[in-house]
Amino acid sequence: MEAVLFAITAVLGVAGGIGVIAAREPVHSALGLLLALLSLAVDYLLLDAQFIAVLQVIVYAGAIVVLFVFIIMLLRATGEAPRDRSIVSPGVAGVLGTVLAAALLVAAVTARSPMVPVDPAYGTVQHVGRALFRAYALPFEAASIALVVGMIGAVALGKRAQIVVAAPSRTGTAASAQQPAARSVAAGTAGEPRS
Amino acid sequence: MSVAPPLYLALSAVLFTLGTVGVLVRRSALIVFMSVELMLNAVNLTLVTFARVHGGVDGQVLVFFVLVVAAAEVVIGLAIIVNIFRARDTVDVDDVDLMRG
Repeated sequence: MEAVLFAITAVLGVAGGIGVIAAREPVHSALGLLLALLSLAVDYLLLDAQFIAVLQVIVYAGAIVVLFVFIIMLLRATGEAPRDRSIVSPGVAGVLGTVLAAALLVAAVTARSPMVPVDPAYGTVQHVGRALFRAYALPFEAASIALVVGMIGAVALGKRAQIVVAAPSRTGTAASAQQPAARSVAAGTAGEPRS
Repeated sequence: MSVAPPLYLALSAVLFTLGTVGVLVRRSALIVFMSVELMLNAVNLTLVTFARVHGGVDGQVLVFFVLVVAAAEVVIGLAIIVNIFRARDTVDVDDVDLMRG
């Protein structure tokens, strides 16, 4: 039963991962990411990590993917235009990826450690929370500071005044050569609030 | 019947590789970001697997912190991407390759 469930989630997870990197539309990539994250949540349940599985669904699938979709909608991002200039060609990336996957798979398969039996309370909120607030109390507080810094940073970056200062008078040569009309329109409206 | 740990690690390896390839080949900053999230999740799966193998809770606590940092990172990163888009009208990483200008 568990093996069947794992097989299903593995297939769905890999399919989602392929969807992330292969989809032409960013929204489809976000949906692929959602599929992969939910499959991993099921895997966490199979590994007796209920708390982490719930966090995965709430934080990753709930908050982070929604944020991605929101930004995609905000930027009206569409598929990337075909371009001859690229840092790494897909062929080279495929070879590098194969080498990396082979190395990681060899390391994974040679890890010969059987699972120890655990009691039913393993991985519950109570179990993880106790470790979190006792042994890891200081890192926990540091994590809250990281979240506050993230919040302040997002507010500071999202402020309108900063954008006008950051708007460059001279844009990149390659981009301006390709789309001169769009560039001038964007430069003309950069100072005004856009809806 | 439980699943052997190497299978979880193998799934994690495949997902991490997919994320790496995504970072290498895609030029949209949003997709690159999603690929990074995929890599983070692959590492999380490894951590949870080894926590289960050893019966300890430390790996799960580490996953919790990875989640927190990933949330903060996504917020900041997407704000930066929005700023770049407003200034340059593009999220293509190849178009944003100058330190200044």
